[in-house]
Amino acid sequence: MASSIAASRTPRARVSAALFRRPWLRAVLLLSAPGAWFVLIYLAALALLFVSALWKVDPLSGKLIHSWTLQNFEELVNEPVYRTIALRTIGIAAAATLTDVLLAVPFAFFAVRVASKRMQGVLFVAVLIPLWSSYLVRVFAWRLILAKNGILNSFLGGLGLGSVNIGYSNTAMWIVFSYIWLPFMILPVWSSLERVPDSLIEASADLGARGWRTFRTVIFPLILPGIAAGSIFTFALTLGDFITPTLVGGAGSTMIGNVVYSNVGIANNVPFAAAFAVVPLIVMGLYLLLARRLGAFEAL
Amino acid sequence: MTGSSRASRIALGVFTALLMLFLFFPIVIIMLYAFNPSNIQSWPLPGLSTRWFSPTWHNAEMRHALWLSVRAGLFSTAIAMVLGSMAAFAVHRFRFFGREAISFLIVLPIALPGIITGMALNSFISFGGVEFGLLTIIVGHATFCIVTVYNNVLARLRRTPSSLVEASMDLGADGLTTFRYVTLPMIATALVAGGLLAFALSFDEIVVTTFTAGAQSTLPIWIFGNIRLGQQLPQVNVVVLFVILLSLIPVALAQRLTRDTGVLRQAAAPAAAVP
Repeated sequence: MASSIAASRTPRARVSAALFRRPWLRAVLLLSAPGAWFVLIYLAALALLFVSALWKVDPLSGKLIHSWTLQNFEELVNEPVYRTIALRTIGIAAAATLTDVLLAVPFAFFAVRVASKRMQGVLFVAVLIPLWSSYLVRVFAWRLILAKNGILNSFLGGLGLGSVNIGYSNTAMWIVFSYIWLPFMILPVWSSLERVPDSLIEASADLGARGWRTFRTVIFPLILPGIAAGSIFTFALTLGDFITPTLVGGAGSTMIGNVVYSNVGIANNVPFAAAFAVVPLIVMGLYLLLARRLGAFEAL
Repeated sequence: MTGSSRASRIALGVFTALLMLFLFFPIVIIMLYAFNPSNIQSWPLPGLSTRWFSPTWHNAEMRHALWLSVRAGLFSTAIAMVLGSMAAFAVHRFRFFGREAISFLIVLPIALPGIITGMALNSFISFGGVEFGLLTIIVGHATFCIVTVYNNVLARLRRTPSSLVEASMDLGADGLTTFRYVTLPMIATALVAGGLLAFALSFDEIVVTTFTAGAQSTLPIWIFGNIRLGQQLPQVNVVVLFVILLSLIPVALAQRLTRDTGVLRQAAAPAAAVP
């Protein structure tokens, strides 16, 4: 019937009716532009990242040599310094992730299960604000706080506790990474806690389990997918960062991101930078597989 | 609540209060430093003054960086709004093979570590022989901004009944008219919210931008460069104060516009805040 009406109308109406009858055509047309953008630009760029990791730079002329070589990866594996940097990066990412779990779970528990509705709203906004305020700015704030003549030492000195020297160190990086990514952990944990039915907790209490036991055997397994989802962000974001190590790290704080950054800029060795950027990609791939097993994707 | 004693509730409350302090202390401190009259960055501040505000506003380099950031933000937001809503419509209306793959692909540029997206685009741009500059910054930003629009529009579409569109068609409206008078008003606020978030995201981004900007400086790159070299710190502090305020306004507006879908609460939304 639609076709008989459409036939008597303007061309615009006819096109519209034709599209209405062919949903797949509409889907194809709608997806053409975003699809082209992602395939021709983003996926092509990712593919080129892998390819250029297999190229090298002529040490004399600084020109790219487009011939296949595993030289960059050999250098990554054989040079102990790069292994140290990779392990340091993964270690700090793991430490920040673990710290964020320990901070986020009690906080979210209070927000979801103890706080009043109004308080809950306030706490929620309080998580969103740092999440959306500039990341660079917040790292800079910590640089000022932890500096030798910063607030931390001024405060400790005021209490007569002397001073600490943690500015520009791995400790500073650990604090800052934990701080910066904390909201990314809180939100998924919060929403997974909201989904735990009260009846399960009541049942656990009725069966004689105390608070801690209920948490360990009932609540924790149920919020594990949320924790896994949050950890994807905290882990991935730390792996690829070079701002925090540059601003609050010290001499022994070089991370993968710094090596990539300096090889694109000063050293001008893009193939080597590409090869090292593949390392977090592989680590993240493995991590995503693990997170999927914990149900992280359902919690996203 | 059930299952926890009074003591543990108090302990949790104290913990939460301390965590709030931890979350907000650095933000308050950095805002205070904008009023530091001295050009030495130490605590306690010797007083409060707005003496650096005027020189900052007249700093030509800063203005250049700000203008570049604004242009990059506006263009990439526009691209993200078009491409993000197109993808959201396609995914919402039609079931097809690879639907999940599309959602995954759209989140990928921000779910992956920033240096990967940045490095990939950098190799791509230099391989293609394109000159680094505003255009390449926009391409990078639009790629990771699409997700905010996509998420917001898709969440809204899922909450609106498709019967409205069918009714419009039954009453004789063609696709374009239906879009103009039925669909667009329904998704308008979600679209605007997605755009605001995209702008906030673009305005703050530094990691991907570093790899796509070449010798150009966006505002975050200008800030980062000056911090690293220890230059013009009083002016950096003033800029930082405004960057915080500027990035919160769009988010506050977006939050108001999308109360119904609560998309800001999804775990995928924080992904959109990735630098």
